[in-house]
Amino acid sequence: MDPSRKRRLRLVVALGIAVLLASALVYTSFSASSEAAKPSEIEEGRSYKLTGKVVADSVARDGDELRFRVRDRDGTQSVPVTYAGVVPDPFREGREVILAGTLQRGTFVAERDSLVTKCPSKFTKEPENS
Amino acid sequence: MAGVGSACLTIGLFTALYAVGASLYGARGGGRRWVDSGRRAVYCLAALCVGAFAILESAFLRSDFSYALVAEGSSTTTPTFYKVTAVWATQDGSLLLWVTLLALFSGAVLFLTRRSLRDLAPYAAAVLGTVAAFFLLLVVVWENPFSTLAVAPQEGAGLNPLLRHPAMMIHPPMLYTGYVGFSIPFAFAIGALVTRRTGADWIRATRRFALVAWTFLGTGILLGALWSYSELGWGGYWAWDPVENASLMPWLVGTAFLHSIMVQEKRGMLKVWNVSLICATFVLALLGTFLVRSGILDSIHAFGASTIGVQFLIFIGAVIALSAGLVISRLGDLRSKARLESLLSREAFFLLNNLVLVALALVILWGTFFPLISEAITGTEQTVGPPWFNRLVTPLAIVLVLLAGIGPVLAWRRVTVAALRRVLLVPLALTAMVLVALLALSDATKNVASLVMFCFVAFVLAVVAQEFWRGAGARRSMTGEAWPRALARLTARNRRRYGGYLAHVGIAVLFGAVAASSAFLEQRDVRLSPGQSVSVGGYDIDYVRATADLGGDRGGTGAPIAFGAVMRVTHGDETFTLRPSRNYYSTADPSRGAISRFFEGEATSEVDVRWGLRRDFWLAVRPDLVSLEKPIARADREFADSPGDVQAVVINTITELYRQEPPPAAFRVIVSPLVAWIWIGGAIVLLGALVAAWPSPEARLRRVRSLYKARLGRELTRA
Repeated sequence: MDPSRKRRLRLVVALGIAVLLASALVYTSFSASSEAAKPSEIEEGRSYKLTGKVVADSVARDGDELRFRVRDRDGTQSVPVTYAGVVPDPFREGREVILAGTLQRGTFVAERDSLVTKCPSKFTKEPENS
Repeated sequence: MAGVGSACLTIGLFTALYAVGASLYGARGGGRRWVDSGRRAVYCLAALCVGAFAILESAFLRSDFSYALVAEGSSTTTPTFYKVTAVWATQDGSLLLWVTLLALFSGAVLFLTRRSLRDLAPYAAAVLGTVAAFFLLLVVVWENPFSTLAVAPQEGAGLNPLLRHPAMMIHPPMLYTGYVGFSIPFAFAIGALVTRRTGADWIRATRRFALVAWTFLGTGILLGALWSYSELGWGGYWAWDPVENASLMPWLVGTAFLHSIMVQEKRGMLKVWNVSLICATFVLALLGTFLVRSGILDSIHAFGASTIGVQFLIFIGAVIALSAGLVISRLGDLRSKARLESLLSREAFFLLNNLVLVALALVILWGTFFPLISEAITGTEQTVGPPWFNRLVTPLAIVLVLLAGIGPVLAWRRVTVAALRRVLLVPLALTAMVLVALLALSDATKNVASLVMFCFVAFVLAVVAQEFWRGAGARRSMTGEAWPRALARLTARNRRRYGGYLAHVGIAVLFGAVAASSAFLEQRDVRLSPGQSVSVGGYDIDYVRATADLGGDRGGTGAPIAFGAVMRVTHGDETFTLRPSRNYYSTADPSRGAISRFFEGEATSEVDVRWGLRRDFWLAVRPDLVSLEKPIARADREFADSPGDVQAVVINTITELYRQEPPPAAFRVIVSPLVAWIWIGGAIVLLGALVAAWPSPEARLRRVRSLYKARLGRELTRA
């Protein structure tokens, strides 16, 4: 094979692999992702990443389980949540939270350890992970 | 003084603009003196920024609450160490730190290159001046750290308790130094493109800056992980949070850059690739700075409400457009001098390593921005979680470690199979032995990915050990030196090479530790009352008694109240005591009662860890304060107007109540194998990078000689 054909072949192979990998990336991300939603948007039986604010005076502890309500960031519609697992340090009523889970019979059942809490804006730098 | 600080920044902005103008005019025919003037303007800018930063820092130290920033982010009760560092816990202060570091770095590089790279340097100065001007514009117009309050409050809000951890306070300046450091090679790459001097000169001049930036960025990332592990009560060190990813991406692409520039230096190849990599690194560094401030992605990490997102996006867009345009218009000048001769050569493996690193960065970029991408495509916002990242990153990381082992033993241009056999025989044999040992003696088969990773780590260690052995052996046979001396001299004479090997060892150790600690971690969440016990991963844990601490402040974080537990842990014939606790900070919220104010502010976990080379035993507690609610409510009613010392007695009584009759508390227990080697691996990388970046006496001698030669040449032509 002459060098220029060989080079072109190499290029085609490399591009082919790149396209293959890229489509794998796109495919896995869409199949593994979960939808982010507000309390007013979620439907029965589907799994979501729920984002919203913890309703004031709604937090109660029931053994290992934490029960509270989450409402839309800028609205009043809310959904009851049950959660077990580690509670991040900044978790408070009125703060923004993100939870993974499914809506089952009107209650959002969150996955273990999925609770993520955003800090209030009065603190300028906010912690990661929690 | 706030006025002086503000003035420093405004003058700084104009100085930066002048530096850009003078440098460009000088380079475009205005003459040497304009170029010199532009360079001196950059020195001046550095001085102005340092001055402004010092003024702000002193305001924090004096707790001068007439500064809005000090009132927001500090208080008289904040410990001094955290007062110093609270400056960069705020949006405005951290931007000022960014631009100060940039100005210092710019001044340093322009000073070092003042007698060389005469064509290129003015353009680099102009690029650096532009970046500085952009940040100063942000600081002066939208985020002025020197804005003052008409009425200074008596007390400030204090530093966010979660940030009161030594690692957390060194972490931001480290990251910024990394981000900023990459702007230096970027600026010189742009200069090289503009002047069409696309040889390796710009690389040689800025290689060390890139290495230093890379080291700082990596250290910053690791310190962030350490903070997450030992301060946040969840026990992990990495969560694929957007902001973590944002710092990792420039580091990955920067790593690729550090490798591929060697190919350009040695073989004159990969020129387009190198300038593209450094542009990408710089853009990703800007993106990292931007992500923390924009709030466009749901990160728990972001700064609060931000006003400068749009400006940042415009700037990043402009940087991408201009650098892409410049690279494309210079394609002709960037043609390689040589071709890839064989796929079995060091340059081919460098290229492969580059592709893997860039692929890693692309995967992380895609995952990080997936909420935005999916919303644009499907209309609903979707997110990918840590499992997705782990699944895609793990195979790439494994390949990367393998390449880190093969790359160093390959020769430039081409390797014969016989030579390959000679250098790989011993390492492969050792790897096979490790594999057999792992299969026979451990339960590593439970997780195939980590088993493969352990083998490759062993391979890297064996390869590097063999390289050191052979190099030192050759020296010994020539000079008759003893082993330690031969090793030291060998490393000192070839710093880049052996420093690089050390970095490979460190990275391999780090990856191995990540694999071990994530695949073989044992974790349990339990509720225990005093006297009860639990067993996790061969450790028996007894809840001995509850503790309540008023004003003790063991961690030096300034927390007034801490509730915790004394835990006796038995593992085999080893027994130790851990004291995890939780700090409670008071809140200034007026809707809370006078006493409950002290219990209902922020609370942070004070994790207690038994560090060990083989495994860490990690323990966090979350006390249940339900039993205190009634006494606190009563105290709120009865002692609302009592003097401070009476309230203190009341609070003391309440905390005693918890100690004497503690309700069950929630514990998280983690037994994490080999996790300490993450930090040790990081330290080895740091050592390797230091060795590689340290100027060697030979190089200095060469530089002096070349200067001398040049002077001699000038004098001869004059004569």
